[in-house]
Amino acid sequence: MVEADEERTTSKLCVDGLTIRYGETVALKDISLEVRPNEIFGIIGPANSGKTSFLRAINRMDEMTEGMHVSGRIDLDGEDVRTWRNVYALRRRIGVVFPLPVGLPLSIFDNVALSPRLRGINDRAKLEEIVERCLRRAALWDEVADRLDSLGSLLSGGQQQRLTIARSLSQEPDLLLLDEFSIAVDPVTTMRIEDILKELREEMTIILVTNLVQQARRLADRTAFFLKGDLVEVGKTEDLFTRRVRDRRTTDYLEGRFG
Amino acid sequence: MASPGGDRSGPDHLGREWWWDKIAQVLLFGGGISAIVFIIAIFVFIAQQGLGYALVDLDLATYFTSPEWRPTSEPEPVFGALALIVGTASVTGLAMLVSVPFSIGAAIFIGEFATGRTREILKVLVELLAAIPSVVWGFIGLMVMSPLLMDVFDVSVGVSVLNAGLILGLMAAPIMTTIAEDALKAVPDGFREAAEAMGATRWQVIRQVVLPSAKNGLVAAVLLGVGRGFGETMAVLMASGHSINMPTSPLDQVRALTATIAAELGETARGSDHYRVLFSIGILLFLVTFIINLLADMFVRGKKTAR
Repeated sequence: MVEADEERTTSKLCVDGLTIRYGETVALKDISLEVRPNEIFGIIGPANSGKTSFLRAINRMDEMTEGMHVSGRIDLDGEDVRTWRNVYALRRRIGVVFPLPVGLPLSIFDNVALSPRLRGINDRAKLEEIVERCLRRAALWDEVADRLDSLGSLLSGGQQQRLTIARSLSQEPDLLLLDEFSIAVDPVTTMRIEDILKELREEMTIILVTNLVQQARRLADRTAFFLKGDLVEVGKTEDLFTRRVRDRRTTDYLEGRFG
Repeated sequence: MASPGGDRSGPDHLGREWWWDKIAQVLLFGGGISAIVFIIAIFVFIAQQGLGYALVDLDLATYFTSPEWRPTSEPEPVFGALALIVGTASVTGLAMLVSVPFSIGAAIFIGEFATGRTREILKVLVELLAAIPSVVWGFIGLMVMSPLLMDVFDVSVGVSVLNAGLILGLMAAPIMTTIAEDALKAVPDGFREAAEAMGATRWQVIRQVVLPSAKNGLVAAVLLGVGRGFGETMAVLMASGHSINMPTSPLDQVRALTATIAAELGETARGSDHYRVLFSIGILLFLVTFIINLLADMFVRGKKTAR
């Protein structure tokens, strides 16, 4: 798909002819799109549209899912992610936030320090600095500063999701993938996280999969609409919502006329 | 014309379902409580036979500190269980040294690395291994392990702490593997996925995330293995040499508490001192296995409340 009305810039992520199959089932059909540096790129669409599969293909999580087959090209900073021989180095550059908060059964401190430790940072003072910085940026520091040693899995759902974000930030990613992060989070926390994401945009590129159309409208610079494995529409978010769209299906979805 | 709801009776009529429900409740209650009843009955029996003697007539100081076990010497029999306790402890300890690394390793392989058919076949084999009767293990100790040890270490007797420890280790490993694998399986996949998404290698995922979260279950697995080794009788009787001895090397013969009861109880006069002191050994075994199981249970519970 060509976006003729956009000025050409260098892309952070360039996807070309991406097809994802699970056995016989096609989850994503021949998707091509690009994500630009320091933008929030929204992906909307109903369930089973291939949104999550798309995210999994980017950091090559498909390699641990049995039966998931990916073809096509995904270039990160101009380099095909499939050609990275060290998949772990690739994944360390990409932060992922899952739909349900995953507070690992470690202390809050260890949750955030896990990624730096995986990279070989073991100096306590350095770790403390990283943990505080990431927790502050995830707007969680004030709530947990006095109990960093307690279990991360005991935090409330909203806190755990911010802990997950802090953990992703500790990877110092340049690409952050969020998969319906607000599904198990109360509205107030959702708004706080949205504010965090707006700030984070200055430093990294964010791909935000959401089934809340209004969330995409609030946050995303550009938005893609996936439907049953097809990329129906991609463009400036405001264009999508001001009905300057090419496809009837998009309008139907945005206005809730579906089924 | 059949009514769709079957037996539609008034509020005071107790239908067949009601009676079936009552009968099922009673039967299930009986089944459930029988385990407790049996445990208590066994404990009462052993205590009645040996506890009074152990607390009143038995010289506990000698019992726990003397390696002299001469229950039939006249006129003064000596009941020193130290050598037996040391025998059991050394065999069990060695068995754990052998089986813990193997079973945890096997559990990690089955639970984290093996997939599909390999995994299923391995699980079945491990469970099959757990079903081998202990006398068969004793037979292997006597007929296979013993000549092997005589060759390797150039000793004249092949039955020893080492032999019994190895055999017991092999016996305890399948149970520990099965329970440890269950503990690993109880770790939510989301944890693994989150760690892998962060760029953790397979080993880092296991080391940093899976093992810490399965810790309690793993400890419980080891404790149950210890309990198994502690209570094992026949294989130890056959592979340990069954001679009263304070071992100074793994190649020494020892005698275990359990094997002593098995070998001697048939030859004692009912109600004699010897008979009663064997029951006191039974009490000791009962207490130790009880404590081990209790600890294992506490660790398993700890795992549940930690979430």
